[in-house]
This record gives sequence, structure tokens and C-alpha cells, in this order.
Amino acid sequence: MSSDLPILSIENLRRDFKMGSETVHALRGVSFDIFPGQFVTIMGTSGSGKSTMLNILGCMDKPTSGHYILDGEHTERLSRDALARIRGKKIGFVFQNYNLLSRTTAIENVELPLLYNSGVSSAERRRRALEALDMVGLSDRVNHLPNQMSGGQQQRVAIARALVNDPVIILADEATGNLDTRTSYEIMMIFQELHRQGKTIAFVTHEPDIATFSERTITLRDGLVKKDETHEMQDAKAAFDALPPPEEFE
Amino acid sequence: MNPLTLAKISLRALLRNRMRTFLSVLGIVIGVAAVITMVAMGEGSRQSIKEQMTSMGTNAIIVMPNWNRRGGVQAESSEMLEEKDVIAIRENATYINGVSPMITVNGQAIVGNNNSPTTLSGISADYLKIRNYEIEDGVMFDDAADRMAKVCVIGQTVVKNLFAGENPIGKTIRYKSIPLKVIGTLKSKGSGDFGQDNDDVIFTPYQTVMRRFSATTNIRQIYANSIGEGYAQKATEEIMGILKERRNWTKPTDPFRVFTQEEMITMVTSTSDMLALVLTVIAGISLFVGGIGIMNIMYVSVTERTKEIGLRMAIGARGRDILMQFLFESVTISLMGGVIGILLGVAASQIVKTVMGWPMIVSFASVIISFAVCFATGVFFGWYPARKASKLDPIEALRYE
Repeated sequence: MSSDLPILSIENLRRDFKMGSETVHALRGVSFDIFPGQFVTIMGTSGSGKSTMLNILGCMDKPTSGHYILDGEHTERLSRDALARIRGKKIGFVFQNYNLLSRTTAIENVELPLLYNSGVSSAERRRRALEALDMVGLSDRVNHLPNQMSGGQQQRVAIARALVNDPVIILADEATGNLDTRTSYEIMMIFQELHRQGKTIAFVTHEPDIATFSERTITLRDGLVKKDETHEMQDAKAAFDALPPPEEFE
Repeated sequence: MNPLTLAKISLRALLRNRMRTFLSVLGIVIGVAAVITMVAMGEGSRQSIKEQMTSMGTNAIIVMPNWNRRGGVQAESSEMLEEKDVIAIRENATYINGVSPMITVNGQAIVGNNNSPTTLSGISADYLKIRNYEIEDGVMFDDAADRMAKVCVIGQTVVKNLFAGENPIGKTIRYKSIPLKVIGTLKSKGSGDFGQDNDDVIFTPYQTVMRRFSATTNIRQIYANSIGEGYAQKATEEIMGILKERRNWTKPTDPFRVFTQEEMITMVTSTSDMLALVLTVIAGISLFVGGIGIMNIMYVSVTERTKEIGLRMAIGARGRDILMQFLFESVTISLMGGVIGILLGVAASQIVKTVMGWPMIVSFASVIISFAVCFATGVFFGWYPARKASKLDPIEALRYE
């Protein structure tokens, strides 16, 4: 564990939803810190509050009470626009269903976050998008459209898009949920590579298998932290190599 | 977000849905083309009527009996004009350049085997300058010397109808069995778009008509012209004053009606103006419907692209950025429709002009206004859908299937 100040710090976080006359307590007081360079998995079954957690961490939702400090900034009181700015500059999202713009090339998809950052010139935008695509091994798919790529390739484009604005944290939401085991492991290899390069990653999943590729697992249950443990990180490349070769279909 | 990037994003979205974009552009195209053509038609007819009325003369004033109409039945006029009125106006009016009575007789002008169904107009010499007629050949009759003389001055249509290339000067025309000697011909004034022919005229001294043709002392109309533009009102009041004074008129209503040329233009053009207005309003409605088409498309677009909007927001787009994107799309649609519609409208006006021979005038103002209205349409009808898009919650938008 790093000895720096936490890059992300939440304290007694609560989130209630009004459902008609009833109030649902999705988060009932969650606290944890994530330090720079950590690769953390947030685990939990459906209803555990992990989606709510992710929405708040991603600055798309605000807690009912408690504190959330991201990269030294208190986010609880920020306006819609200010939150949008934080999302654009400090957070990189990777979604379960990739969320690439259809009929839009890989590089244009990757450039997208930079379009909302007026400080970046179009030449700079292109350079950084190419760099990000290179990082996920898609230098040869720059001008492909999403429907011309496999699920794994699409998810790699999405990862490149999350990297392009050089965020302080990458938030992945069930990023392997739509993929088969081999492709999932390939994607985890990329995340482990990003981790080695010093990126901070929070990975939300309900698969314990995937959690073993990170170094720390926070398990949520009924809106509370049930377990928070640091553990050995399983090597995704080794796991991938250990898989039986893909079946050949006649 | 800088405008260039905004344009790029919006145009890409429009190109992704070519057919839909094309159809909503088409709605605006039809609206704008209709407006341009209708306005051109209205403006064209207005101009041609104006020219028509100007050919009547310069600063002309017409005095007529004040026919009382009750329930659509024309009652007897209370007062008739007479020769002494003309003389009184000629002698006393200071804002008048010339004055002439006008008495007409309908019949056939005959020369040998040729005839011409031309109205015979009894006038005095001033009538020529009031109506802008000029002598082409021969002379005009003189009010004093040719009093009651059996002479006439004829227009070019009559020359053509009766004399077939021969020189008419000195020849005799028979009108209602009365021989009239041709002493002059008039220069051609051409015909107006009303269809009436300014050259189909036979002028003779008004006393000739009064004594020899209609045996009356009444005069149907008095023509006059004021000394210049801007004096029409004063001249009108002066004439009315003279006419009232001669009759010791004390009733509150005027004994006669006096029209200035401007009033006549206004009267005649008001009908065509009304028609043009109605046509333009109908065309405007079609533009409005085109705008609703845009709104509809933008709504569909926002709903269909909810997920895209959610994604854009998740990666840093502010509500304002989304608003601008969709607004830019709707304005692009409406302006594209505007440009194409203007071109189409101008082309249609030209076609109507050449093929059907209608007077069409595409005014620069109508083009500019159409373009501005298109921009406003785009903003107005794009605003609500764009606003809706910008207010979406990123979490729910991303979850939208």
C-alpha cells in the first residue's frame, strides 16, 4: 500500500432514495480511502449498493450525507457543471456495454472526452488518442467502426477513451461482464498493465474470479462495507495462458 | 467547447441520419420556397399595378359625383358636375396645373369597311398633360378655336384598326353617323397589365360630345393635376372648396368625391395586397409546419440518443454542451432548408415569370427575412428538445435502452 495521501477518500457516505412513500437506504455509511496507484475491486451482489457507490465515485450522483474527496476536492457541494468538469478531467469510465458511439471510428470515440476540454488543440487531441489506442494494442484499428470490431476490441477502445484525458482514477463498471473468459482475462491483462504504469483503478464487479486480479477487494453488502482486504494479485497473463486453447469449430 | 468542434459533432450526427435530416430539411425548403414565391408574386403585382396607375398621369386628381349607395342600390346623385365647375376650377384654383372635363360616349368608329369599338372621350386640351399623352403627328385641338368642332385626335390602336398603314391625318371618322376629322395622332402609351389599352382612344372637344352626341349639360368626371407631388391634398381641398362655394353647400357631407392618384393606387392595390398577404400567411404556416417537423425530429433524436447523451455527460459534457449540440443540429437543418428553399423559391419565381408571364419580383428583403426566420425557427423549435436533452440525468440516460 502506498504511503501517500489518498487520491480518493469517502467518509460515512450515505445515499437514500425515495421510492414513493418508502425510503431505500442504498448506502448506510461507507468509509474507505483509495491511494494513488492502487488497483481496487469493489465487489458485491446486486442490491449491495455497488452501483450507487460507483455513481457517486464517478461524480454522477451526490451522497445524501457524508464526504467524498477526490484528488483534494470536496465533491458533495459541487454544481452540475462543476461535477461535469471533474468527470471530464479526473475520471475515466469503462462501462459494461462499452458505450461507444455507433458509426463513429475508434479514434473519434477515443477523442470524445477531449472535445469537452477546450484547452486541448485538435492536433494534440489526435496525438493523445493515438497514444491511448497504442497503449491498449489497437494501433491497427484506428479507423474501424464499433460494428467492425469484436467485443474485446470495443472494450479496449473504451479503455483507451478512459485513458485519453489522463484521469486520476479509472472507474470500471462490470467491464468484463459482457465478455467470455478468454477476452475477460485479456482485458484484465490491460488493467494490470495500466496498474504497473501507476494508474489508480477502481473495478466494480460481482465476479470473485475477476477480483483476484486486483490487489485489494472491498466487499459491499446491504449498503455497508462487509470486508476490505488487501491480497496477492493473480497474474492475468498466467491465468490466460493456463486456459485451454479455444475450441475449433468445423 | 469551441464552435468548430461543436459544428463537427453536430454535423456528424446529422450525417449519421441522412434520410431523416433530408426529410426535415425538405419541410423547411417547401415552406421557404412557398414564402419567397408568394411574396414575389404579391410584390410583382403591386409593382405592375403601380406602374399602371402611374401611366394614368402625374399627380392626377379625379372629381366624381358622390353616388349614394344604400343597400347595394345606387341612388340618384344629389349633385352633378357641369361645365361651369370646370371653368371655375381653371380660373380660381392655384394648386392646379390643368383641368379637363371627361364625358364619354360608347359606339363604333367607322372608316370605310373598317370599324373600331372605341369609346369617344370628350375632353379639353389639358387632358393630354394630365394623362401624359403626347401628340405624335398633327395637332391637338384648341379649346377656344375648336369649340364644338367635328375634329378628333386618335390613339395608335385606332390608327391601326381604321387606317391600316395609311396616314390618318385629314381623313374622316364616322362616329354614330357624325363625321369627325382626324387632326392629330397620339404617341403610343402601351397597354397595362389590366388589359385596358391606353392607345384605344378617340379624343374630341367636350363641347362636341355635349352638344352633338349626348345632348347633356352634365359632366361625368373632371380630371385635374396638381402642381407637384405633395400638393395633392391642398389641390383636393381647393377643388372641393370651389365646388361647394358655387353651390353654397352647407351640408356636412361632400357633394362630390375627389380621388387623388395616390388614393386610387391605394384602393386598387389594397385588394392585391390583401391577396398577397393571405398567400404569404399560408406560406408562412407551411414554414411553421416545417418548424414543427424539426421539433418532432429533434425529439425523436433526443430520445433515440439518450444513451449517447448519457455517455457524453459521463465523460465531461456539461448540460450547456449538450444543449448547444442539439440546438446547432436544429439550426443547421433549418438554415440548410432556408438556403435551398430560397434558391428554389427564386427559381420558381423565374419559371412563373417566363412560362406564365406573371409579374414576379423577388425582393432582397424577402430573402433576408426568410433566412432570419429560418434561423429563428431552428432555435425556437430546437430549443425545447435540446433543453430536454441537457437536463437528462447521466445515470438514467446511460441506463436507457
